[in-house]
Amino acid sequence: MLNTTMQAAFTRREFVHSGMAVVSTAATIPTFLHQSAYALVDPEDMPLVKDQPGIPQDRILVVVQLSGGNDGLNTVVPYGNPAYYNARPGLALRENQVLPLNGGDGIGLHWQLEPLREMLDEGLASIIQGVGYPNPNRSHFASMDIYHTCQARGGKGLGWLGQLLDQIDPTNGTSLIALSGEAPLAGQGQKTQPIAFENPKLFRWIGSEMHAALEARYQQISRDSVEDPNGIGTLIPQPDNPRSFIRRTAMDAQVASQRINEAVAQGSVTSYPGGQLSEQLRMVGAMIRAGLGTRVFYVGLNGFDTHAGQAGRHANLLRQFSVAMRAFYRELQAIGQDQRVLTLAFSEFGRRVGKNASQGTDHGTAGPMFMFGPMIRSGLLGKHPSLAKLDQGDLIYNVDFRSVYAAVMEKWLKADSRKVLGKTFRPANVLKNV
Amino acid sequence: MAISQSLSPLRPDQFGPDQAQHLLNRAGFGGTTDQVAELVEMGLREAVKHLVDYRQVDASSLPKPQADADIIAPLTPEQRQRQAAARRTGNEAEIARFRTLRQQRKADDRRQLEHLQQWWLQRMIESPRPFEEKLVLLWHSHFATNHRTVEDSFLMFKQNLLLRRHANGRFTDLAFGIIRDPAMIRFLDNHANKKQKPNENLARELMELFTLGEGNYTENDIKQGARALTGYSFYDNEFQFMDHEHDKEPKKILGIAGTLNGEDFVRILLKQKACAAFVCYKLYKHFVADIPDQMPRESRSVILQMARSLRATDYRMAPVLKKLFMSRHFYDTAIIGSKIKSPLQLIVGTIRILGTPVRDMSLLIDAAGTMGQTLFNPPSVAGWSGGNTWINTSTLFIRQNLTTYLITGKLPYLDGWTRKQMDYDPTFLTEGLSNRSPETLIDHLTKILIAGPIPAQRRNQLIAFINERDGQIKKDRMIGLLMLITAMPEYQLC
Repeated sequence: MLNTTMQAAFTRREFVHSGMAVVSTAATIPTFLHQSAYALVDPEDMPLVKDQPGIPQDRILVVVQLSGGNDGLNTVVPYGNPAYYNARPGLALRENQVLPLNGGDGIGLHWQLEPLREMLDEGLASIIQGVGYPNPNRSHFASMDIYHTCQARGGKGLGWLGQLLDQIDPTNGTSLIALSGEAPLAGQGQKTQPIAFENPKLFRWIGSEMHAALEARYQQISRDSVEDPNGIGTLIPQPDNPRSFIRRTAMDAQVASQRINEAVAQGSVTSYPGGQLSEQLRMVGAMIRAGLGTRVFYVGLNGFDTHAGQAGRHANLLRQFSVAMRAFYRELQAIGQDQRVLTLAFSEFGRRVGKNASQGTDHGTAGPMFMFGPMIRSGLLGKHPSLAKLDQGDLIYNVDFRSVYAAVMEKWLKADSRKVLGKTFRPANVLKNV
Repeated sequence: MAISQSLSPLRPDQFGPDQAQHLLNRAGFGGTTDQVAELVEMGLREAVKHLVDYRQVDASSLPKPQADADIIAPLTPEQRQRQAAARRTGNEAEIARFRTLRQQRKADDRRQLEHLQQWWLQRMIESPRPFEEKLVLLWHSHFATNHRTVEDSFLMFKQNLLLRRHANGRFTDLAFGIIRDPAMIRFLDNHANKKQKPNENLARELMELFTLGEGNYTENDIKQGARALTGYSFYDNEFQFMDHEHDKEPKKILGIAGTLNGEDFVRILLKQKACAAFVCYKLYKHFVADIPDQMPRESRSVILQMARSLRATDYRMAPVLKKLFMSRHFYDTAIIGSKIKSPLQLIVGTIRILGTPVRDMSLLIDAAGTMGQTLFNPPSVAGWSGGNTWINTSTLFIRQNLTTYLITGKLPYLDGWTRKQMDYDPTFLTEGLSNRSPETLIDHLTKILIAGPIPAQRRNQLIAFINERDGQIKKDRMIGLLMLITAMPEYQLC
């Protein structure tokens, strides 16, 4: 549980709110068409968006959620420290299973992270060591909620990305797209609501597939501007009047669905390795290329909860993670969009220093975060958490994750992080001057 | 056109099919033309009484839930000793066994939660007392706790029974009950609220979210309220008063002094004018209109009238609700067809109104969750906001695909579905209609499905759809028509 000083910093008024999704346009025109500069242009004809440094509207953030609690010690490996081997005999990586890092001083990477090491060498990746928060929570739900909302117990259901977008892009109906399944709590704002789908085919009405005549009628019904018959009063004034709100959303939905499906159908110019994360990032790349105007993409990789038989599963996951990120940035470079895209990868906690009786590890505390993109300070950042000074067998964090969020919000997206985090966190030094 | 602010009743002759349909939509989940006709037949007063005073309706045929009280039983003292010893000596094998035991229990608990979710959904679909289910849903959102935090399906179930027991009774009984409810106590940490170290969580939410609303008390009232609630804990599924942890010293809450305990605290809250108004505001939002914080003056006027009534009946809610459901305000054209359906209203309503098969209960529970409403898991202590927050571009597609699924059995990601599999035949909906012109058929079907009149363009589009096939309307085309109508924006309202 987060301690009381942390709780006192959270202003309650902000978070106990009826949370009405207010749309600013008074007339019933699709907010999507209204906002997006590219809406009337066929994606095929549209020129690739050129990098325009200094214009934050073009900046994109991708968040990668590694779910289950990634074992940081076997990811960013303190192979030079005997305590590492003493704590987990048989599970600790042997020296020939570790990729040493330049200037790493006894720190290396799990051998499956070769693509990540390449990106480190190219200045495209960074590892922030020892990330966590005070009074760590070792419950999946609780700790994940903390990473999503920056509050104990998930606060009142508002997420950091949602609130961030409320600030910088509140009327953009496609400001946040999540591809990992459920809409992330992180994306829930007062006005911002995430679009979530695993497959863009789910982000549309299935009726059209079933009956040719239906699609045309359905589109008409969804896109037409209609007036209520005379005699119907309105209790709630525009623009929140439920009827008009739904009609507007229906219009937005058709436009968004069409553009997203068309964008994703374009595929990629380079090849992706396949796998859960890779497929999601391929779609992200396609949507960026199509110029949808989305500011934040949320993707994920599951399976990190390695209580038993960790070795093989963890290796597989790390491989998937690194090859997918490598492929993603290759694609972004190929389409000239890499300067615009910052990626942040995190897990809800690390794992315990010692191994357990099932050749695995149990829920822990601090762990590494990863960042990608040409705008980051690349390399191995921060200090590896101490293996000598532990908190009941768990690592003690060095970097509060909220200072990393603050850096992303303040420096990359030019937003007021204090409003989102509830108090001031000095932005971690993880980005170049941007 | 001025909207009625009157709580005085509709004239009996003004209560026709449109009004009866509206009543059944709001005080229930909607129904078939026959069920609507029955209410018209009863007349306004009897129909409202039938719905609100539901205990007179026999519900004994509904299935009983199987709820194991020991699903998350505390470890026995012997077990606890063994676990502590294992941790002390670093006995990994033993620690692993306890972890496996915990994981097993969690898995059992999750399964029981799913069972309870389906039990409740089945009640919503089948109950002859739909108003009971609508009320319990309201109280579940009002006195919100979630399984995610409570982590014990039996406690969530026990709370559901408490809400059910007093759903259309006295609000007083709900308030007294909730401060002793184990799920609530755990959710808001009141078991950690002790004389030496008070925890304000329950006291705060009791005032802010359950009885008075923000701005009607001070921080000091919260502190004193927390002291009054010290020692209100639970053990093994039952409320337990920890006498040695209770602060027996004098306190002063909202101007009233004394050696106040939790019940005294609640009594003081109920005495406040703000309390009756707040409760009526929640009732109004749930059953009448999704009003913003800046209330329309018509709503404000009605809520204040309701509050006066509620105080006059000593917080008995049934009389106020009956008055509301008979009132001219309730049947105003600005109210009918203007409320966004919650996910459960959408799902259950479609099944009840169209008589579609239920298909897969656990899929429906999940679908409601993807639309934002997982039973026993409101997002926070503030419950579900409702209204426009149910609707965004994603949820709109999910909602449309859900009704299409109910009607046709087709799931969005399932290939290989063929029309031959369509097991639902809706042609009964237009049986007995002598005039079978496209216009008549469309008017008949939209009347069943949509509250209030639909825009002329919509009507024309639907008529054109039928005319594409020489105006014939066999099973196939009617299925298509139902899919279209339930995909209309107006179908999201009732």
